[in-house]
Amino acid sequence: MELPINKFNKAFENRIRLGVMSILMVNDWVDFGTLKEMLDLTDGNLASHIKALEAEQYIEINKRFINKKPNTSYRATFLGRNAFKEHLNVLENIIKQNE
Amino acid sequence: MTQIEDLKEIRNLMEKSSRFLSLSGMSGIIAGIAALLGAAYAWWFISNIEMLNYAVNPILILFIDALVIFIIALFAGVYFSWRKAIKQGVPFWGKTSKRLLINFLIPLVTGGIFCLFLIYHGYYLMIIPATLIFYGLALVNASKFTYADTYYFGLSEIILGLLASFFNGYGIWFWGIGFGVLHILYGIVIYFKYDYGVANK
Repeated sequence: MELPINKFNKAFENRIRLGVMSILMVNDWVDFGTLKEMLDLTDGNLASHIKALEAEQYIEINKRFINKKPNTSYRATFLGRNAFKEHLNVLENIIKQNE
Repeated sequence: MTQIEDLKEIRNLMEKSSRFLSLSGMSGIIAGIAALLGAAYAWWFISNIEMLNYAVNPILILFIDALVIFIIALFAGVYFSWRKAIKQGVPFWGKTSKRLLINFLIPLVTGGIFCLFLIYHGYYLMIIPATLIFYGLALVNASKFTYADTYYFGLSEIILGLLASFFNGYGIWFWGIGFGVLHILYGIVIYFKYDYGVANK
């Protein structure tokens, strides 16, 4: 049997990426400002992690203008949702093994 | 263990981003007390209706009675939840509260309009059951966007409403239990489960 630790998803190793995905799992489109506020982060910090998730195609991006101000929203892709669920299973297995 | 902390953080973020968790238990308690007083007044009014000999329509008096309770409950609800949101450091009028309100209002407004038609057609005995049933449906619908406890509160209101539809004529008692006693109970549960901790943090 393959050890669950081998399947540990590197993309979610980081707490911030995990946080972004957690929020996107239970919401539809969420904008940058809301993510920043929820996770209590700076612009630059959040942006770099979002880029990483985007590179994995775990999230998709929608840019638009609201009252002439740019507004960027994010949504978890099908791929991202599955990867996140898989990651949750791995976390659960590790906890079970340690019990 | 970091995995347990990860899961806790995931759960916390999922709840915080999708549910409005600033509803205050105190609002429920005050709304319940107002409802009981209102029901007591209505009961007294109905039992003395021949003695009083009002020049105005008794339906209008009862309508004003209900309106006053509604306004007190609404103000208590908004005020205490607004204060709790400030304490928690979350926006009172945000994405989660808007979503909660819309999902709560769809069954509620439907019920309100339905009750107006009941009045129009003279089905007075079905008004109280209808208010309980539609309020319960609104709570069940809203429960996905706030405390999960709201679900059971809503179910209780629906059951009471169905009982009231069958036991016609005891409407005021069902109304007092549904909008008075249940509100107070729900308020106490919310207060001790979620508010008490916030106040002492």
